Amino acid sequence: MASLIACPHCGPRPKEEFTIRGDAGIARPLPDAGEDEWHAYVYLRDNPRGRHKEHWHHTSGCRRWLVVERDTMTHAIYTVTDASAQGETA
Amino acid sequence: MSSYRLSKGGNIDRAKPLDFTFDGKPMQGFVGDTLASALLANGRQLVGRSFKYHRPRGILTAGAAEPNALVTIGEGGRTEANSRATLVELYNGLTAKSQNRWPSVDFDLGAVNSLLSPFLSAGFYYKTFMWPAAFWEKVYEPIIRKAAGLGRATYEADPDSYEKCWAHCDLLVIGAGPAGLAAALTAGRTGARIILVDEGFTPGGSLLSETEQDATNLLAQTIAELDSLPNVRIFSRTTVFGWYDGNVFGAVESVQKNTVTVDPNRPVERLWRIAAKHAILASGAEERPLVFGGNDVPGVMMAGAMRSYLNRQAVAPGHSTVIFTNDASGYATARDLEAAGLHVAAIIDSRPDAPQKWTGSARVLTNAVVLDVKGGRAVKSVEVFSNGRTETIPADALGMSGGWSPIIHLACHRGAKPVWSDAKSAFLAPEKQEGLTLAGSAAGLGSFEACLGDGAAKAVPALEALGFSNASAAFAATSDNAIVSKPLWRVQGSKGKAFVDYQNDVHLKDLGLAVSEGYVHVELAKRYTTNGMATDQGKLSNINAIGILAEARKVSPADVGTTTFRPFYTPLSFGALTGASKGKHFQPVRKSPLHDWAKKNGAVFVETGLWYRSSWFPKAGETTWRESVDREVLNVRKNAGICDVSTLGKIEIHGKDAAEFLNRVYCNAFLKLPVGKARYGLMLREDGMIYDDGTTSRLGENHFFMTTTTAYAAGVMNHLEFCAQALWPDLDVQFASSTDQWAQIAVVGPKSRTILQALVDEDISDAAFPFLGAKEVSLFGGKLTGRLFRISFSGELAYELAVPAGYGEAVADAIMEAGAPHGICPYGVEALGVMRIEKGHVTHSEINGTVIPSDLGFAKMVSTAKPDFIGKAMLSREGMVAADRLSLVGVKPIDPATTFKTGSHILAKGATPSLANDQGYVSSSCYSPNLGSTIGLALVKRGPQRHGERVTVWNDLKNEYTEAELCSPVFFDPENGKLHG
Repeated sequence: MASLIACPHCGPRPKEEFTIRGDAGIARPLPDAGEDEWHAYVYLRDNPRGRHKEHWHHTSGCRRWLVVERDTMTHAIYTVTDASAQGETA
Repeated sequence: MSSYRLSKGGNIDRAKPLDFTFDGKPMQGFVGDTLASALLANGRQLVGRSFKYHRPRGILTAGAAEPNALVTIGEGGRTEANSRATLVELYNGLTAKSQNRWPSVDFDLGAVNSLLSPFLSAGFYYKTFMWPAAFWEKVYEPIIRKAAGLGRATYEADPDSYEKCWAHCDLLVIGAGPAGLAAALTAGRTGARIILVDEGFTPGGSLLSETEQDATNLLAQTIAELDSLPNVRIFSRTTVFGWYDGNVFGAVESVQKNTVTVDPNRPVERLWRIAAKHAILASGAEERPLVFGGNDVPGVMMAGAMRSYLNRQAVAPGHSTVIFTNDASGYATARDLEAAGLHVAAIIDSRPDAPQKWTGSARVLTNAVVLDVKGGRAVKSVEVFSNGRTETIPADALGMSGGWSPIIHLACHRGAKPVWSDAKSAFLAPEKQEGLTLAGSAAGLGSFEACLGDGAAKAVPALEALGFSNASAAFAATSDNAIVSKPLWRVQGSKGKAFVDYQNDVHLKDLGLAVSEGYVHVELAKRYTTNGMATDQGKLSNINAIGILAEARKVSPADVGTTTFRPFYTPLSFGALTGASKGKHFQPVRKSPLHDWAKKNGAVFVETGLWYRSSWFPKAGETTWRESVDREVLNVRKNAGICDVSTLGKIEIHGKDAAEFLNRVYCNAFLKLPVGKARYGLMLREDGMIYDDGTTSRLGENHFFMTTTTAYAAGVMNHLEFCAQALWPDLDVQFASSTDQWAQIAVVGPKSRTILQALVDEDISDAAFPFLGAKEVSLFGGKLTGRLFRISFSGELAYELAVPAGYGEAVADAIMEAGAPHGICPYGVEALGVMRIEKGHVTHSEINGTVIPSDLGFAKMVSTAKPDFIGKAMLSREGMVAADRLSLVGVKPIDPATTFKTGSHILAKGATPSLANDQGYVSSSCYSPNLGSTIGLALVKRGPQRHGERVTVWNDLKNEYTEAELCSPVFFDPENGKLHG
């Protein structure tokens, strides 16, 4: 796990300040999207080896939800952006 | 008793003697000694007993890899077991004890294990102690564990403090030997921020063991220049134990472990996290033991360690020393021993023709090996095999060198695999890794000059990449003239036990057994033999074990590979890892703004999460908690009560889309909630289950005030933020947690209005302020502004008054005073719980992650008009609308004299207890003083349709069966007459 997360609002901060929620690459379906799509959204998660976008909350910092793209294999962090900037993928 | 201190030489201060004890015996050393060197100077070579066979063991190394000289340091709460004597800096008053021996290290009854050794070979616990099976847990394992082992931890609390810190630098240099010093000096001159870390109490590494004037001068000059540079920080007594993501290094600094007079205002150790833009790993190399019979007899020592003790601390290993080597360093030790006037009996060189030029007086035997070492607790003689002839050479010390292995642990902590080099006969770390460069003998170099040049040369590109274009190497590059010999992995024909892993007592035959039984993979052999699994993590043994496995399999060490390197490089104290998080600092205590008020009213507190909540308020003469709680409940329902509800989560919600937002996070409607009104809301999870409940009030068109349950306050806040920021960033809505800003007081009971009206300036009559009213109010004739909510958890006429936290106690006092003529009493969460069960109100006992709104009778609250809200889509799933879902129902015993417990299961009357017959369970229960009986809430299949049905309440833990009846969950005032009073 990465030791430092470069929060776009607070700068590099230790990982202990953050809470991880999980996959940020899935979009919340429309209300009438149907059972299969909702089932997939609520219950199904990929566990990729390599690049992965996740929602991280800067709980003990600015309290913004962030999208952290990291490598699950090397733990390298590629990008950290505010989640509100990616509404379409949220 | 063969090692001793020389009268001159060494880098010790003979004017500063230090007194210490070993196993109670007073001894003396000097400033500049380690515990190990001081023990040797006092003739103490036998310092411990081995793990399995209880063999006598002596000091083997002069550094972090020491497997034998593990001692217990200190007294009482400062006791530290398994300290490596080689790293312990000697101090006045130090007390050290040997370990794993009884009654003494010189005479140890456990040594009988050596006679049992045929039964204690690799994997013995899988084979020998198999029958009878029941004996393993009760007899064999306890006996084996008692016999084996290391030092014992103390049960006393550690009186000292520890701390954790961050450090940041451009370049971190790990190791202050030749390569590290050269790198630090090169880097320091550029003005870059440098941290130089070394585990020794003096920087210098291998330079400290050199006697040549050039080396000594170079060390002094380099340290002086580094000390003068303000951008260079030198951490001595500090071990870098791990390399982590983001180029963060973990290090532990010993601050006051070298004294008995600990300054209580400073920590004894600091745990550092060092964020380095780049790091140079100059951790040096480890000398390999040779694997021959009796290679663990006290007096056998690594040749390099012998040389270090001789040159640094003026300790002679004995009166007559044999050197066994296949490497140049054995000759360096022999040379320095002779230079100090000591006798070297022979140099046994395993190579057919020794490449070293030897001009000393000791005779050199080439193509020769040591087969055995005679003497139990001290070396007496050495049996040598040379060119077909066996010879016994009397000696009291033996120095061995099997060549050197680069110390690459840190470079492999992040997944890199070591690579075998035939040219270097060593495992090397991959050269190119982002953020880390290896230099000096850690990179496989041998000679001192080459290490200096390499450290300087490696620093230059690292600095340039960081933008320090002015870097120039402080030392010139030199080609490495060290000769690497083919390793001698083991001596064939060894007599007696030839140890590979000293600390875990793994010897040559154990590895042979592992191979012959098919455990040839390095990871399997490791676990089967326990080679490399001791606290030293195989620093001395792993490479030899790999070489031995390779020979047995007739492959290259490259094909065997290494086991995985993981942090920590050396053992860490729990104190350092714990830091300040101990005792009352382990977790914060949250106290309500009304804590002191409750305390002075005699509250008994209960921990709920971090909070301390008042549980009940016993009066004089009450002997049980039930007496107090029953009285509180009856009094609240008859007169009035006051209860601290400040711990409920409170969130201010603002923004022009605040109402729309609430409409999406609650399953019931909030869009049209009028200003000045409160509403009970149910928040669902996306899977349809209820997440949390609470009341939310509209204080203005775009201003809401939400309350959550105490336990979920933080979770709900995170959830709201996620919804607003990640799901619907287009909505204009903001949140602020204000839990700690408000003291919130429930005033409950038929007389609550009369009492509150004495404080509140506005009219709060039923007409002016009806049920679910919520508004800002003026108090005490305009002296204070608060928020008043007419909400009820008890079913009584009730209010919650919120005032700024600092005024809480004064306002509570005023309510008590105004209420005194009306019989008001304070009550706690127990009475609160009884009244909510009487009224059929749910808490997280019912909202337990398995229930949807209809399960709790809230079906009508779920909006069908709203296009979307969190949890809506999943509510219509098949299982959510199934007829036999567990649903809320009341339950009470047929005979009020009988009772049941929360968690008990419901069975159809007379049914056999079984999973198949299970009908549900009691989620909450209490004694109701109003009904004179135990009552409960339960989640039961088709519960609402079964009111009046007789059932059995079954508690299998206590084998209790209670005849009971299912009923409405509202036991008290079902018409809500009191609520609207």
